[in-house]
Amino acid sequence: MAVAQSIASGTAGQSWRERFGSLVPILVLAPSLLASFIYVFVFAAWTFYISLSNSALLPSYGFVGLDNYFSLWANRRWSVAYTNLFLFSGFYVLGSMAVGLILAVLIDQRVRAESFWRTIFLYPLAVSFIVTGTVWSWLYNPASGIQFLVRNLGWSNFSFALASDRQYAIYAIIITGIWQSSGFAMALFLAGLRSVDGDIVKAAQIDGASPFRIYRKVILPVIAPIFLAVAVVQIQFAIKTFDLVAALTRGGPGISTTFPAIYVYDLMFQRGQIGEGAAAAIMMLVALAVVLVPYSLFVVWRRRREGRNG
Amino acid sequence: MADLALTDTHDRDAVSASRRQLITRIAIYGILSLFALVYIVPLTVVVMNSFRDQPEIARNGLIAFPQSFGIDAWWSAWDSYCIGGNCEGMKRYFFNSLWMTVPATIISTMLGALNGYVLSKWRFKGSEILFTCMLLGVFMPGQISLMPWAFILGKLGLSNSVVGLVLVHCVQGLSFTTLFCRNYYISVPDDLIKAARIDGAGFWRIFRKIILPLSPPILIVTVIWQFTGIWNEYLFGVVFTSGTQQPITAALVALTAGGTTASAYDVMSAAVLIGALPPLLVYFVGGKYFVRGLTQGAIK
Repeated sequence: MAVAQSIASGTAGQSWRERFGSLVPILVLAPSLLASFIYVFVFAAWTFYISLSNSALLPSYGFVGLDNYFSLWANRRWSVAYTNLFLFSGFYVLGSMAVGLILAVLIDQRVRAESFWRTIFLYPLAVSFIVTGTVWSWLYNPASGIQFLVRNLGWSNFSFALASDRQYAIYAIIITGIWQSSGFAMALFLAGLRSVDGDIVKAAQIDGASPFRIYRKVILPVIAPIFLAVAVVQIQFAIKTFDLVAALTRGGPGISTTFPAIYVYDLMFQRGQIGEGAAAAIMMLVALAVVLVPYSLFVVWRRRREGRNG
Repeated sequence: MADLALTDTHDRDAVSASRRQLITRIAIYGILSLFALVYIVPLTVVVMNSFRDQPEIARNGLIAFPQSFGIDAWWSAWDSYCIGGNCEGMKRYFFNSLWMTVPATIISTMLGALNGYVLSKWRFKGSEILFTCMLLGVFMPGQISLMPWAFILGKLGLSNSVVGLVLVHCVQGLSFTTLFCRNYYISVPDDLIKAARIDGAGFWRIFRKIILPLSPPILIVTVIWQFTGIWNEYLFGVVFTSGTQQPITAALVALTAGGTTASAYDVMSAAVLIGALPPLLVYFVGGKYFVRGLTQGAIK
């Protein structure tokens, strides 16, 4: 801030060189700012406008009001999409947080070769959802994957065909999603556990509290903000879920694993209903805003409060 | 007599405590190993299948100990397997991804470093608000930008080209790289900059002589984040390119979609691994920085 003020309070007798010099930072920033501004605001407004138009195979700009939104919400496939999103978000967020927390607490017990364990649990994050989805689709394939293996071992009636069952395919996606990203929750929880003040824990130990009690009463409340952060990031992933489904089930069997992002892609590029596809994209943006706006306000509020107290 | 009894119970306590501790340790390692197995198995299965031959996979299933060994599947996947009627294997798509990822990573990281430098050390009136606006880009769903990008890429003559994808990824990545660098540079003491200014150093000189030498940790984090993110991206790849211009993620989906009738699991396994290797390599080499990027990207 101090530097900025010294720029602003330049003396009257500046040479052109100095004056130009003070513009350099803004000139450097300008292209990125412009690009970001277009990307965020212009693109969102543009897509919103398309969602109010009669665009079909190509974008056109005949105004039709909210027609696309009405037909979107009347569409059975869209209701499958957002039902799936709710189901997926719930199980995926809770599941990956539960697994992540278990792993973090276990690794925090001064285990040997800590980085070895961490490397194993985190590597799925480096791989794309496309790779993960493809590989898991093979494992779920009854004719060659897990079902085949178990039947070969002797249980000839064993049945495990999650991904090819309309009713259960969504759970195949949930399991794979949890597998992919529980390492992420683990990394954040572990960082949180490491930041807990050792003296408080020691004091509780001296008071004779059991390890379980110490976790429940002392440590978990301290890392509570991390739970919220992890949940928000995961819900955001869930809303944007596209690759995983595209690689694992392609939205099928039938329409059973359609997600909002799949719906957008399908309408825009497969069925030539760009207007309604844009409406669905706007609904995704709304869903993200519903999650992120209250969260950011809460974070700002908490920082202010801490600033005042500290 | 009383003393003896006391030490006796003490001993028994100590023994049971140490036994309990042993059981706890076994339980901890047991559960960790179980989870580790679940995480390792899919990768192991794919690696093994890429070296088994197809008749054996068909006979024994995907999850089985290999009874054959060969590297033909790798050659076929790299060089000659047919994807959507084009029989050149994965190599073209691998290089598409490489020529998309490397420039986009370098450009977005460089711009991010400069932006972060301005937004932390050369703040001006309204710069905080501008920064917040740039941040919104982090949260934008790609779906919102599909139609506008398709239009712009068409106008620029970059439809269905790797260069077009570079542009898209640069703009999309800007908000991340700026966020990372700005939050890092903010911890560089302002006094350092002020002293340099008094000595007559200007914008670029301070960047080169003070900021850049302090930057390697954050630049590594940013490069890793961008590289893995762009390499693994699918939506833009499949929407803005087709045929021989597609990045490897889109090619993988096309490959496995076509292969449902006669599944050549050996070749497809090798192909999947070719697609997964670069980010995995980055992860195993730069693991610490990879994790740092994750945690920073999430919390801020």
